[in-house]
Amino acid sequence: MVVYGVALLSFCLLLGNYLGELLGVVIGVKANVGGVGIAMLLLIILSNLSAKKFRLKPLTESGIGFWSAMYIPIVVAMAAKQNVIAAVSSGWLAVIAGVGAVLVSFAMVPILSRMGGESEPFPNEDES
Amino acid sequence: MILIDVLENVLVKNGIVTAFLFVGLLVWLSYWFSGKFTQGRLHGSAIAITLGLVLAYVGGYFTGGSKGLADFPIFAGVAVLGGAMFRDFAIVATAFGADLQTIKKADFIGAMSVILGVVISFIVGALVAVAFGYNDAASITTIGAGAATYIVGPVTGTALGASSDVIALSVAAGLIKSVLVMVGTPAVAPLIGLNNPQSAMIYGGLMGTTSGVAGGLAATDPRLVPYGAMTATFYTGVGCLLAPSLLFFIVRFIVS
Repeated sequence: MVVYGVALLSFCLLLGNYLGELLGVVIGVKANVGGVGIAMLLLIILSNLSAKKFRLKPLTESGIGFWSAMYIPIVVAMAAKQNVIAAVSSGWLAVIAGVGAVLVSFAMVPILSRMGGESEPFPNEDES
Repeated sequence: MILIDVLENVLVKNGIVTAFLFVGLLVWLSYWFSGKFTQGRLHGSAIAITLGLVLAYVGGYFTGGSKGLADFPIFAGVAVLGGAMFRDFAIVATAFGADLQTIKKADFIGAMSVILGVVISFIVGALVAVAFGYNDAASITTIGAGAATYIVGPVTGTALGASSDVIALSVAAGLIKSVLVMVGTPAVAPLIGLNNPQSAMIYGGLMGTTSGVAGGLAATDPRLVPYGAMTATFYTGVGCLLAPSLLFFIVRFIVS
């Protein structure tokens, strides 16, 4: 049933958030520490476990797949409710931070690739 | 006028359903525009998010509020749909299908690229924030996190209690990153050896923006998409884990 997938997803997020809140209390920040990250790891581990022991039914998976597919629309809604007018007053900050992060990250790709050893490129696709 | 009044009443009463319709139309329009005018080069999702930010600007301009478009009563549901609860729910869902075996095979270098990617982008963003005069640890951390992705920024900002305008800045930085990755990847791919599964995984781990990576790799070579997207899937999780905790502590230590 679709709801099993949604419930599994809810379980992961709630448990992740719970652990994240506890972690926050333990290290003394009044914040949720990594709840979403913990929840993601939980779901990956659970979904990989169940692939061996009890396979998730396709309908159950579709309950998770739906929300995965809703990711971009939800991010669009998130963008539409931001306080953009306040951000624009120091607009160059966002541009410089974004562009800088991309350029430095691009530059790191060949460095890490060399550390990982040679890897065969895909054969060229037929030009068409 | 009775027709308009009743319609408005229905739209306000069913706020989150109105938000589904609104976001659906916005995404449809964006993908249509993407295909028609950019040949898919500029990914539909990037256009949709940009439009969302533009509309948030319009909303703030006309209402004087701080919730963007959601300050119009008929779009109040957008604030729910785009709020922390649904956002985190959808993020966790995207982790489903990441295969533990493939991850193990990618072993060390894939994991390193994710952690390095988060830290490098964070440092760049944090340094820029400092250069622009921010001096409190929560704001610097949030903007640094935004330079990671437009998800890590608001998740971190919400956790640390950063102000809404700082969170909006972090989303804007992440968005600029996402758009640039989509558009720039095909151009830089030959320069950075992005032509095999391993470099695609490293690239995904370093860039981290899922839509940016998916769009950028699709425009470069569609066969690379699953490898890059897989590591990119972890980036937001790692970012959400590191930014409000370890990286925040380091920033707070340096600042104080």
